[in-house]
Amino acid sequence: MSDKKKFIRNFSIIAHIDHGKSTLADRILELSGAVSNREMEDQLLDNMDLERERGITIKSHAVTFQYHADDGQNYTFNLIDTPGHVDFNYEVSRSLASCEGAVLVVDASQGVEAQTLANTYLALDSGLEIVPVLNKIDLPSADPDRVCKEIEDIIGIPAEDAPRVSAKSGLNVKDVLESIVKLIPAPKGKTDAPLKALIFDSLYDSYKGVIAYVRIVDGKVKVGDKIKFMASGAEFIVTECGILRATDLDPIGTLSSGEVGYIAASIKTISTSRVGDTITLAENPADEPLPGYRAVNPMVFCGVYPSDGSKYPDLRDAIEKLKLNDAALTFEPETSTALGFGFRCGFLGLLHMEIIQERLEREYNLDIITTAPSVIYKITKTDGETVLIDNPTNYPDSAVIASAQEPMTDAHIYSPSDYIGNIMELCQDRRGIYIGMDYIDTDRVDIHYKLPLNEIVYDFFDALKSKTRGYASFDYELDGYKKSDLVKLDIMLNGEVVDALSFIIHKDKAYERGRKMAQKLKEKIPRQLFEVPIQACIGGKIIARETVKAMRKDVLAKCYGGDITRKKKLLEKQKEGKKRMRQLGNVEIPQDAFMSVLKLDGE
Amino acid sequence: MEPIGAYIHIPFCVKKCPYCDFYSLPLNEELVSAYVFSLCKNIKDLSRVYEREIDSIYFGGGTPNLIGVDNIGRILDAVHCGFKVLNPEITVEINPSAHTNIDFRKLKNTGVNRLSIGMQSINDNELFNLGRRHNSHDIKQTLYKAKNAGFYNISLDVMLALPNQKDEDLINSLSFCVENNLPHVSAYLLKIEKNTDFYKIKNILPLPDEERTADLYLLASDYLTSRGYEHYEISNFCRKGMESRHNLKYWNCDEYLGFGSSAHSFMNGKRFYYPRSIEKFIENPVYVMDSTGGDTKEFCMLRLRLAEGIKNEEYKQRFGENIPDIYYDRARKYVDSGLVSVDESGINLTPRGFLVSNALVVDIIY
Repeated sequence: MSDKKKFIRNFSIIAHIDHGKSTLADRILELSGAVSNREMEDQLLDNMDLERERGITIKSHAVTFQYHADDGQNYTFNLIDTPGHVDFNYEVSRSLASCEGAVLVVDASQGVEAQTLANTYLALDSGLEIVPVLNKIDLPSADPDRVCKEIEDIIGIPAEDAPRVSAKSGLNVKDVLESIVKLIPAPKGKTDAPLKALIFDSLYDSYKGVIAYVRIVDGKVKVGDKIKFMASGAEFIVTECGILRATDLDPIGTLSSGEVGYIAASIKTISTSRVGDTITLAENPADEPLPGYRAVNPMVFCGVYPSDGSKYPDLRDAIEKLKLNDAALTFEPETSTALGFGFRCGFLGLLHMEIIQERLEREYNLDIITTAPSVIYKITKTDGETVLIDNPTNYPDSAVIASAQEPMTDAHIYSPSDYIGNIMELCQDRRGIYIGMDYIDTDRVDIHYKLPLNEIVYDFFDALKSKTRGYASFDYELDGYKKSDLVKLDIMLNGEVVDALSFIIHKDKAYERGRKMAQKLKEKIPRQLFEVPIQACIGGKIIARETVKAMRKDVLAKCYGGDITRKKKLLEKQKEGKKRMRQLGNVEIPQDAFMSVLKLDGE
Repeated sequence: MEPIGAYIHIPFCVKKCPYCDFYSLPLNEELVSAYVFSLCKNIKDLSRVYEREIDSIYFGGGTPNLIGVDNIGRILDAVHCGFKVLNPEITVEINPSAHTNIDFRKLKNTGVNRLSIGMQSINDNELFNLGRRHNSHDIKQTLYKAKNAGFYNISLDVMLALPNQKDEDLINSLSFCVENNLPHVSAYLLKIEKNTDFYKIKNILPLPDEERTADLYLLASDYLTSRGYEHYEISNFCRKGMESRHNLKYWNCDEYLGFGSSAHSFMNGKRFYYPRSIEKFIENPVYVMDSTGGDTKEFCMLRLRLAEGIKNEEYKQRFGENIPDIYYDRARKYVDSGLVSVDESGINLTPRGFLVSNALVVDIIY
């Protein structure tokens, strides 16, 4: 092993949401002097406003910095910050695969949570050395001894020597760095072997093109090399490569085995440089790529439409730009009679979907309407053909359906035992299949269910939070398909089906949902100049009906001493309000009516 | 050139009514003198700019009778001095307490020939709840004295959709108008305006709901039309030929000049007004340009307030073309449900259509 490699430490920080991962990362960077105080912002690695605000990490980030350890040596640390959410599990696994160790941050008062376990198992699967750290020990409710035991019992790794820190105040954070030096092994790999660089993230820069974040496993790469992406087969000339500083890129021109850095090669589309792919040299390629590559596929789909139809080109531009940085986002044009021109977008999960929606609204200043999220159903037709349906509009007529299957998840809910009843009630209501329950300690449980994915995509998180006063945590992974009694529920306004409101649902739940939707729409649709019947139906059979009565009064009785302008302004405002409505035949529907029917539960 | 109307705003009240958002101030003798002086000067100044004939003069408020007959006479003199006044209708809004402070014979002698009385209701409990200072006795006294002095062209205000209003309550007020053979009734729906006392308590006021409000309005319309009145404008009823000349100027999109603070004008295609400040008006009246007016949309919007509606012939005369086909197409959608009538001669709203006229106008015209 070369001396250089001996002093490299590649590690991630893994934690349950809110256990202080980003704060600890900030402290570590501060302590190492990787950033000046002037550059220091809270949650430095979380670049996006959204990440800072929600306290979550959406994209992977990496930073290289030097640490002068107690043994007198200078170490190069590569910290790879990972997204902390199940939607981005694959990205997390690739980030972890780029490391030799992981710092496991556990809140000293809350203890082990669902994501703690999920992420730790991912790290163990990648063969990583785990360095447990107890955070928030300055909180009055901190109980480090109990949590230490929890880590040992549940995860099965020794934790008695775990640093006990407060990332917020900086207390004992240096112990974490020393533990990294001592416990995490230096990278292995052959510098003289053919290049194998693992892409753990990539982003699009309008000047440099795609920038791939890589861990060099074997070999080396430098500016001018012709590289090849082993999964896509695409070849490019490296225009720039180097390391990732806390606040900028440092184009040192060459990277070699054990190092973490970036490669730019004037690549135009991010899908060429997908997370998990291996970069090698075109002239002297590796025999086989690094293991574990798979193309991530979207699981949740919904229609995204501009509120103002004329903003369709702006929406297209915005989605295309987001797509540059997000290989997992898919989109294709879609039209709806109710909503006009828009896109059918695919997402890794609900959080991913929400993030994209929020970014479209905030970063691109667009008003959008989204349709009910759908999952991918497998429909076997009477002629034996099997089709995948992610859009209710394409759902076949029930007469030609032989059988239908829906995607299932394997879900774990961690919660104080006080809420077992509430959680089980919620899971039963969501058609869950009870698998089992384990006590984590005397008053906390791990409840294990199989849940249909389409039951989770409708505000399951919100319901779980409200039923457990925010104490439960939840994690799931996909678990194949299961035969199911599915129907397509349509909503008719004034006798016409509103395509944007249709969705696929289990037969047992269709009646209640149809009734609730009709009620909600009645609330949301203002009175019009004529009566508007609202009907929920399954294949032509009406299961619920409500009526929006005709408007009786909308008049300005007085003339206000000849102030005609006031009256004109009022009518113009009313006209503007009308424009913001969706016109469906004769019926005008406010934009928020579409959104409101997506969130019906718990009411 | 067609004669124009003159509107004179008198922004004084003894007390602000809890539902009223018109510009008004407490009565103050000094301020009244200064204001009347400025009004006369304002009339003189504008008469030099607009050399037009006037056939309608309207004193609105506020409570115009509070400034006294002499002041009303002074203002009318100023109008006569500056403008050519032809066979005018001269209206003064008065409140039902006017019998205590107005000499109606003297008022008649100034040339005033029409009175608009802010009755609102003949029911004492309703008047009390509206915060009015008068009662049914005052109304009768004022009406009696006015008639005795030779006023026949009298309009009464009746308010519809009052808190807890029952059919009988409304019929009481309406039958009072009919029995006294009054040629004109203004029946306004109570509207809770911002910046009023009612607005602050609107959540606890037992206001009738949308259905009930509509029913009361239609009750008033049926009651009066079946007793010989024409429902000639959204909120106005009259015996044949007794329309308010002043208000018709608004709805016909005709011209008028407003004098005084918060008075609005429409002249030569421009709408403008004096700000809601008596001090500014006294110091130096400067009007504020509001918008251009008289375009096709505005004309139609205003004319649809009248039972007569938009007449093809007049439209053609004014704009040199027929009523756009698209207006007809949109209007026809509402014929079957009885909100709109459409024929060769034009488009008009029915009383049920009046009730939803904002929505109809927005859909048909805008």
